[in-house]
Amino acid sequence: MVSHDDVKYVARLARLKLADAELERYAEQLSGILDHINKIAELDLEEVKPTSHVISITNVFRKDAVRPSAPPAAALDNGPEIESGAFRVPPILDTEEQ
Amino acid sequence: MTAGYEAVIGLEIHVELSTESKMFCGCRVEFGGEPNTRTCPVCAAHPGALPVINEKAIDYLARIALSLDCDIPPGSIFHRKNYFYPDLPKGYQITQYDQPFAIEGHLDVSVDEKDIRVGIERVHMEEDTAKNIHAGASGRIAGALYSLIDFNRSGTPLVEIVTKPEIHSPQSARAFLNKLKNLLKYLEVSDCNMEEGSLRCDANVSVRPAGSSKLGVKTELKNMNSFKHLEKGLAREIERQTELLAAGERVVQQTVHFDFTTGEVTPMRSKEFAHDYRYFPEPDLAPMLANRKFVDRIAASMPELPDARAGRYRRDFGLTPYNAEVMTSDRKLSDFFEECVSHFNDPKLVSNWLMGELLGYLNATGGELADCLVKPASLAELLGMIESGKISNAVGKEVFAEMCRSGKEAAAIVEAKGLTQISDTAELEAMIDAVLAENPEQVAQYRAGREKLLGFFVGMVMKKTKGRANPQVVNTLMKEKLS
Amino acid sequence: MTVADLIKLNALEAAERLQNGDFSAIDLVEAYLGQIRRHDPAIFAYLRVSEENARLEAEAIDAAPDRPPLGGLPTAVKDVLVTEGIVTTCASRMLENYRPIYTATCIRQMKRAGMITLGKTNMDEFAMGSSTENSAFGPTHNPWDLDRVPGGSSGGSAAAVAAREALWALGSDTGGSIRQPAAFCGVVGLKPTYGSVSRYGLVAFASSFDQVGPITRTVNDAALMLRHLVGKDPRDSTSIEHPEAIRVPEDRDLAGLRIGVIKELVREGIDAGVMAVFDKTVKKMATAGAEVVESSLPHAGYALPAYYILAPAEASANLARFDGVRYGLRAGGAAGITEMYENTRSLGFGDEVKRRIMLGTYALSSGYYDAYYGQSQKVRTLIVEDFQKAFDSADLLISPTAPTTAFRLGEKTGDPLTMYMSDICTIPVNLAGLPAISIPAGLSEGLPVGLQIIGPAFSENRLLAAARGAELAIGFDAAPPLGEGS
Repeated sequence: MVSHDDVKYVARLARLKLADAELERYAEQLSGILDHINKIAELDLEEVKPTSHVISITNVFRKDAVRPSAPPAAALDNGPEIESGAFRVPPILDTEEQ
Repeated sequence: MTAGYEAVIGLEIHVELSTESKMFCGCRVEFGGEPNTRTCPVCAAHPGALPVINEKAIDYLARIALSLDCDIPPGSIFHRKNYFYPDLPKGYQITQYDQPFAIEGHLDVSVDEKDIRVGIERVHMEEDTAKNIHAGASGRIAGALYSLIDFNRSGTPLVEIVTKPEIHSPQSARAFLNKLKNLLKYLEVSDCNMEEGSLRCDANVSVRPAGSSKLGVKTELKNMNSFKHLEKGLAREIERQTELLAAGERVVQQTVHFDFTTGEVTPMRSKEFAHDYRYFPEPDLAPMLANRKFVDRIAASMPELPDARAGRYRRDFGLTPYNAEVMTSDRKLSDFFEECVSHFNDPKLVSNWLMGELLGYLNATGGELADCLVKPASLAELLGMIESGKISNAVGKEVFAEMCRSGKEAAAIVEAKGLTQISDTAELEAMIDAVLAENPEQVAQYRAGREKLLGFFVGMVMKKTKGRANPQVVNTLMKEKLS
Repeated sequence: MTVADLIKLNALEAAERLQNGDFSAIDLVEAYLGQIRRHDPAIFAYLRVSEENARLEAEAIDAAPDRPPLGGLPTAVKDVLVTEGIVTTCASRMLENYRPIYTATCIRQMKRAGMITLGKTNMDEFAMGSSTENSAFGPTHNPWDLDRVPGGSSGGSAAAVAAREALWALGSDTGGSIRQPAAFCGVVGLKPTYGSVSRYGLVAFASSFDQVGPITRTVNDAALMLRHLVGKDPRDSTSIEHPEAIRVPEDRDLAGLRIGVIKELVREGIDAGVMAVFDKTVKKMATAGAEVVESSLPHAGYALPAYYILAPAEASANLARFDGVRYGLRAGGAAGITEMYENTRSLGFGDEVKRRIMLGTYALSSGYYDAYYGQSQKVRTLIVEDFQKAFDSADLLISPTAPTTAFRLGEKTGDPLTMYMSDICTIPVNLAGLPAISIPAGLSEGLPVGLQIIGPAFSENRLLAAARGAELAIGFDAAPPLGEGS
């Protein structure tokens, strides 16, 4: 049900690199899981409203007040590669422009 | 544009709000600075951190929506827009999707003295991304060796305004953006600095045979960071599409990049994969409920909007449409104008002075009205001195320039420099006699019928008095002497 | 007091004795550190033990003129809660060396109340799993049978409490991750009403489900800890003030309570041994005065499918921040940014995490959103309504906590769906955001069985009182057969 191409497409969206054997395995497992999930299709949900929050709260705001930012050492401390106070990453190639 | 074709333009405008703190955390909103000095677990997306909505940003958003005459539906929610990019720390942008804050508004713009109405599709709230600095020969993304990421901008409140595809020329697009910019500045919700990126504009462009109601294939035009670039980029893209259609070719739906150094538009290489943003409701934020009370509170806090104000100026003050528009292009100018008029009740004269002298001075010096040393009451006092004949109009302009430079009051300058107008007949007669004696030839010519020379004689007297002589009195006396 | 005496005390007793000065915080901490040294090599409940830190905190508590309410109580913390300066891994290679720059709100509150952190406990990677076998650093073993799993994802916390390697522990529950391991390990586990405990600093798995809660030896201990966990946090928009202060219940029977047995969550799909213990427990509760009725959640069978769309969908976004740019693992040698992302995430995430990211990404992707995500949100509505109706005719609902007792290590790792089934009784509760507790109900073939009690939203006091009544009626007093350790 979930094809190799589906798995490839999804892995690419999620930025996961999968070996061929993994592709195979995930296609099979995801198919199995989705088979079970498709049980939902039995239900008539036409008139049912979706729930995205289980508690009914609205308009939760904070005042526009400045709070101290992280000290530079803390902000950069966990960075895998730091240069000139910034996080260095490999180049963004032409095909990757947002 | 080639006859027989019509351009269809829709604009997408992003405005960074000038709140004190960021959209979802307490880091300060500010341009520039040392990289990564204004970040925290929330805006740098550390594990476990959660967003909380800045109330002021929503107030500003509501002001924008109301000023564009939008409908504000009772409920709106945030969504996550998922994609990977190094300037997007969470791997998703918190934005609005199918339940935006405001919809269905409009903005009226005058282009070449014609009024056009541009529909507003939607106005919604989102967060800005971080800044990528591309290291390499060109400093641009293409050919960069690596990039450096500065998260100071990450999470700055960003409002997106989307117009309907109802703009039909680059000039109109520019006029629309200019009007919108003035409006946003007027509302004091953003500094709208295009160079610093606090106002950004993308355009969707298509071309169709004139008279057709079907939209053509559109392209998205990016990288227009000034009014000039917007106008030029649009013109070039419309030209490109028109040429393609005229040659029987097809326009490809894609993003195009305007290179302002060459004036060319170039398609960006298409991605390996199409976008699939996987929007879904943001579970970390509660829905926003804009009930009547909320909207009324914002509406009550809104200043009188520029168009309404301009209408009042035309109606009550008798200003020309042009003067009224200029007087309302800037909220501070408008306030200045009204305060001045409250002290000196000649709105037309006041507006002429503001347009000619005050704006001229600010233009020449690159200054801001907010920093101007002349207060409305002082200008009113100056105009009063001219009206009463205490100083001449010419001297008044000189005094005004001095007021701008030093911040001194008009009376003090006039006093110190002895600039009071000379209306005393005896004093003026002596001067006229001297001028006539010094220019016997011209006197002879005048008497022989060259009456145009009267101006010359008056000018000489004005020169002698450094502009202080009362021109009407000089005129009268001069005619008597020459007759 | 001897070490053996000290570790027998539950948290409420220990707090009282500390208050009376019968022993010091450092005595208690040393007793538990000793337990950890003896038993943890075989159990592996802890990813890191902060011995020095725990001693320093205990000494500070002992030296202070006033003892705060939880002053000196040694606590195990699930490694999904961030602690400033102390490595927090979520049991993932991705965060192997990650030192958070802030501390979770619930930890701050507990620290203010005087808790001492013994260390960070093992879990399924990013809280995804039901056995703690998905830890990148190796599985935790069940103290009742070292060949069996402790449940998950808070398996380390549950095992630590069961093995007396901690007085009590903090866990997190997205689909059963506190209750199921509590049941497998024979301890008490409480998932509070969604919104009552701040999620700020809880590394997100599925934001609309996650809640932090206590894993303890007794119901009263759970109440004591919960009292210090709840509260509206200005940093968590989805947190709200609990309408009632949490009380430690008084000892009483179950008279006047209507207890509804959820018919869809008994018999079918539940092991006979578990059912036998459950049936016996229901009888004991009736004897203790409860009116036992039959309740129904007609859509309970659709809870698991809906959950396995919604939770992975949220997870796929929540885990996108692990990209090798600002912290955590970065795989080297990439020519471009996309390659760096892919290498890093493929190396950093384990199998189950990748599977759920893929599942969630798939469910949200173009063309599938309505069929999967949209429909699942609607199923969520049906589950919420099912519970509302059920509470019309019952004060509280009960079911077994899990369909089986602790299974063998490796038994279900090959088949994700079978593993997911381990949470069929707990998942509906998370979909509705309700509070629920698992308490030990007895043993089946020497392994603990849990009783799940579910209450309406924000009914924690009622729930805890009933759980205390049930605890007394059940009289569970077995302990895991721990030797002197290696």
